[in-house]
Amino acid sequence: MSTGRSTARTPLSSSSEWSFALLEDYHSEIERIAGDFGLDTYRNQIEIINSEQMLDAYASSGMPINYHHWSYGKHFLHNEQQYRRGHMGLAYEIVINSNPCISYLMEENSMTMQALVIAHACYGHNSFFKGNYLFQTWTDADSIIEYLVFARNYISGCEERHGLEEVELVLDSCHALMNQGVDRYKRPSPISMAEEKKRQHNREEILQQQVNDLWRTIPVNKDLEAAEIKERFPREPEENLLYFFEKHAPLLEPWQREVIRIVRKIARYLYPQRQTKVMNEGWACFWHFHIIQQLYLEGLVNDGFMLEFLQHHTNVMYQPEYDSPYYSGINPYTLGYSMMQDIRRICEAPTAEDKQWFPDIAGSPWRETLDFAMRNFKDESFILQFLSPKVIRDLRLFCVVDDAAKDHLKVSAIHDESGYQQVREALSALHDIGTLEPDIQVFEVDTQGDRTLKLRHEMYEGRPLDDKSSNEMLRHVRRLWGFDVELESFQNGQLDKSFHCREEETAVSMTP
Amino acid sequence: MTFFIDRRENPKNKSSVNRQRFLRRYRKQIQEAVKKKLGERSITDMAQGEKISIPAKDTKEPFFSHGKGGRHDHVLPGNREFIAGDTLARPKGGPGAGGSEGSDHGEGVDDFVFELTQGEFLDFLFQDMALPNLSKRQLTGSDEVKRVRAGFSADGAPGNISVTRSLRSAVARRVALGAGKRRELRELEQKLAPHPNSNAAEAASIIARIEELRRQLSRIPFLDDIDIRYHRQRDEPIPTSKAVMFCLMDVSGSMDQATKDLAKRFFILLYLFLARHYEKTEVVYIRHHTRAEEVDEEAFFYSRETGGTVVSSALELMDQIISKRYPASDWNIYGSQASDGDNWPNDAERCSSWLNRLLPLVQYYAYIEISEQTPKPLWQTYLPICNQHPDTFAMQTISGPEDIYPVFRQLFKKESA
Repeated sequence: MSTGRSTARTPLSSSSEWSFALLEDYHSEIERIAGDFGLDTYRNQIEIINSEQMLDAYASSGMPINYHHWSYGKHFLHNEQQYRRGHMGLAYEIVINSNPCISYLMEENSMTMQALVIAHACYGHNSFFKGNYLFQTWTDADSIIEYLVFARNYISGCEERHGLEEVELVLDSCHALMNQGVDRYKRPSPISMAEEKKRQHNREEILQQQVNDLWRTIPVNKDLEAAEIKERFPREPEENLLYFFEKHAPLLEPWQREVIRIVRKIARYLYPQRQTKVMNEGWACFWHFHIIQQLYLEGLVNDGFMLEFLQHHTNVMYQPEYDSPYYSGINPYTLGYSMMQDIRRICEAPTAEDKQWFPDIAGSPWRETLDFAMRNFKDESFILQFLSPKVIRDLRLFCVVDDAAKDHLKVSAIHDESGYQQVREALSALHDIGTLEPDIQVFEVDTQGDRTLKLRHEMYEGRPLDDKSSNEMLRHVRRLWGFDVELESFQNGQLDKSFHCREEETAVSMTP
Repeated sequence: MTFFIDRRENPKNKSSVNRQRFLRRYRKQIQEAVKKKLGERSITDMAQGEKISIPAKDTKEPFFSHGKGGRHDHVLPGNREFIAGDTLARPKGGPGAGGSEGSDHGEGVDDFVFELTQGEFLDFLFQDMALPNLSKRQLTGSDEVKRVRAGFSADGAPGNISVTRSLRSAVARRVALGAGKRRELRELEQKLAPHPNSNAAEAASIIARIEELRRQLSRIPFLDDIDIRYHRQRDEPIPTSKAVMFCLMDVSGSMDQATKDLAKRFFILLYLFLARHYEKTEVVYIRHHTRAEEVDEEAFFYSRETGGTVVSSALELMDQIISKRYPASDWNIYGSQASDGDNWPNDAERCSSWLNRLLPLVQYYAYIEISEQTPKPLWQTYLPICNQHPDTFAMQTISGPEDIYPVFRQLFKKESA
């Protein structure tokens, strides 16, 4: 990257209008620079769309294709309304974790924006998708599109065979339980989605057999039976509720099990995105900044381009202070970008403080260090590992404890020597899905009696479940399980509260 | 290798199926909201799309979440005044995570607002309503025809040649004309084959005959004039359904502007409703006091007259207009009459007889009486007629704007539903 301003070439363009020829030009320069920086990406597929298509893409969690469901219609109507009234701008881009990596560019963008988006999405996000361990483990970029096509066809087939309402009931309940449909603690088996599809046919039968086995009512050998009675089912608590229902719910039809499976697979595909928001955006912003900077250094873009770029860049990085009317939480772009920049700084120009806090990386080659950080962490661990005192000071972060048992809020730590570690830990915990979402697991099933399903909620920091949503959720659980459901909240081994859902309650207000 | 793909020409509205699913699911709430809208605003601009809001809590998608309580550590940016150990009062809204992220998983106070298209709006508005005595579908004159294919013919314009049909008949002709000769040819060739040099003279004559036959066969034309077939096309009149709506209103001194506005809303609803059912809907405005005249919309609703009231004059004019311009065989005729119920006492007899003459001609006749107290004279005149013709005649009273839509629904409710 030693190319200085001296070797200036003529700028690629001087107007803000883009054209396909210009896109190609910019792209090939950006591709070259990204390659020099050592970014490893999937092949890119860049699609130009207009704003209405962008609204469409918004509606189904950014998926290029998805099955039909009223909730996507709801999101569409909502976004459309917001957009029309000018309450909401559209994202400049959407990028999909697939191979080839599909990025959508908006027609309305200026040339500068298109270049920014290509650098940000096609090289930033793309390399993150390819490199980060969560995406590597939980998603299969090669076959996601194919799987979505399969899912859509399968579900519309079900709708034809069983009716819209029937399918919608199952999908509603599955969507409600989507957050409980991922293996968080177990690593998922790395079976590809293409393989999934192939297996699907045989699976219906096999699944049903296994279920039937569990619920066998024909008397078996007496001794065996006696031994089995003692055995708890499931043997270990199961965190993946959807998986549990797919495998063990007694009354589901094979197609219903497959629908559960589809939602589960999609939940699993989306799971890493929820846990890497800070890193993913930070990484993409870091690289769009450096790539565009390099374009400028080489004289490929002019000052006007750069001013427009910086304007957008700083808008994205804006972090309102906690008491500002615009404050809506910590901006993941700001946090991620600041941390990435800071890692580079620690590598290149470490201070005494950095050497004390980051003895391993202070003074190390920055590209390798950043690459390591990108590959092996998620937001929670990334913050815990790399949030430096300097970033805490720059953002002037402070920690407030809100304990329902106390009358007042308490400032427990600020950006000073004694507070850094605590701020870092608290911020890390705030990015841990495990603590943000209630921990609910299948605890026990009364296999010999009335088949009641017992769920257990382990309270974290004394945080109770929300009564209203929990009761509603139990009705969804009951619909999939087919028998009565209990949910018990435990705090430090003590029963705190329990919820029930019995047969007669399910009929109430599941649908409007 | 990177691909740029221009998707802008791809169909948009990928979400329209999902949108329809949403509308279907929240049918009841949306209908409720549509009804409320109707009370709120004038019906004049009802023919546009409409912003609809339904309670957000109904559209919420639930998930397991934390309630209030427990211990939460927040990390906030932009500290200016605090040091560790400071305590501060709990902000209103109570404990719980800060931030206003997430629009649709909110607390359910806000409404979920979205826009219906005009079509969707009217669908909801007129749901469960049907036109009584629906539709004569009348085949009308020459101006609306469409050309339809009607088989094949042996003559026509070159542009209409059917290639497959022509070639098919050519094949048939060639087979038919050549069959005998080909059979003879085969037999001769067989005769010749086993002993080619047994008898030179005979062989020579056979060979000559074979050549003759081959020549004849090759002269059968591949395609002949008689083979050519043409697509036949025929003009077919398009059945159209047409409706005419007669608006009759009393404009005598007793009808004030507020009463007329009520009537206007009713008429507009009826017009929208008819326009959804018929491809072509015409409106005839007849106003009357002691004399009836046909006027334009503006004069109908906004000019004031004074004087007494003779309802039969309007009915008579309606009858004349029907026989002159809207023959009952071609048109679906709807009558709607709004009045405050006053009538010249001696006119009752004539009214009944005119109405009895009109009723067989019309699809439906609706009378609304805008008045606080009932029964007024006209009501009493019409009541026996209503009992005689329950299928084509209906009457209701309206006392305020909130009554209009319910009365309208009442008049046009689906018979069996």
